[in-house]
Amino acid sequence: MKIVVPRFPGTNCEFDTVYAFERLGEDVEIVWHEEQTLPSNTDLVVVPGGFSYGDYLRSGAIARFSPIMKAIKAYADNGGYVLGICNGFQILLESHLLPGAMKRNENLHFVSKHQYLKVENNDNRFLRKCEVGELLNIPIAHAEGNYFIEDEGLKELYDNGQVLLTYCDKNGDPDNPNGSIDNIAGICNKERNVFGLMPHPERAMESILGSQDGVKMLEGFLL
Amino acid sequence: MKAIVNVYLKEGVLDPQGKAVHHALGALGFENVENVRVGKQIVLDLESTSKESAQKEVEKMCETLLANTVIEDYSIEIVQ
Repeated sequence: MKIVVPRFPGTNCEFDTVYAFERLGEDVEIVWHEEQTLPSNTDLVVVPGGFSYGDYLRSGAIARFSPIMKAIKAYADNGGYVLGICNGFQILLESHLLPGAMKRNENLHFVSKHQYLKVENNDNRFLRKCEVGELLNIPIAHAEGNYFIEDEGLKELYDNGQVLLTYCDKNGDPDNPNGSIDNIAGICNKERNVFGLMPHPERAMESILGSQDGVKMLEGFLL
Repeated sequence: MKAIVNVYLKEGVLDPQGKAVHHALGALGFENVENVRVGKQIVLDLESTSKESAQKEVEKMCETLLANTVIEDYSIEIVQ
């Protein structure tokens, strides 16, 4: 399987992402944001975390207009699988590949810690190896993860099973680190080929680093 | 020609920064503040011949890049 990781100025999670998928035995290539096209045999695009363009203006707002994003949008429109992690999620929101927008965390703090997530929907490529209601221990690290969508859009997310992950504590009770609406941590598009989440599954690949719950998430994409 | 663009969160979208500033003002004894919204100002120097064309151009900039209209509103003031 060929996995492509675009890199923007300010991206800093590309090597973690490469490491994670290489651990799963996959072929991963980092592609510079000025490239106009994706490799022809691309099976999955993972937009990694970081601070593209220094988060200037809004997180992801400038990366959205990079040449590679045009190629990624065309790829997604054509049914290709795209995953955005943290800043990658923010970029996908700014690109309108996913609905809604990010605000500053409610308490204005940069939160960096392990956080439990509840699987809300597994009827999709990403979380097909997880059970609905299963708890996953995954690190979060962001200042703008306060997901917002207006009422109508939120209803649509629920109606179409697009709410994938919510923040909770170790007992599964709601525990919201950033103020996001309905504790939402991750969503997908209506067609279920574009995914975005604030937590970092690529940082939870081995128990020595605190959790390996990221493995079964990322494995969902593998053929 | 200059364009002054103000971008701020929409009414009804909770503004975490505004809330924090409101709280801090209250703690300093400024008790008559009912609400605070924090936005940003973007000042553009334009090569434009007319106010109307500048207005149109800047509106386009706001819609595509300067504001995220999912959560933000903007206002444009064109000054000579």
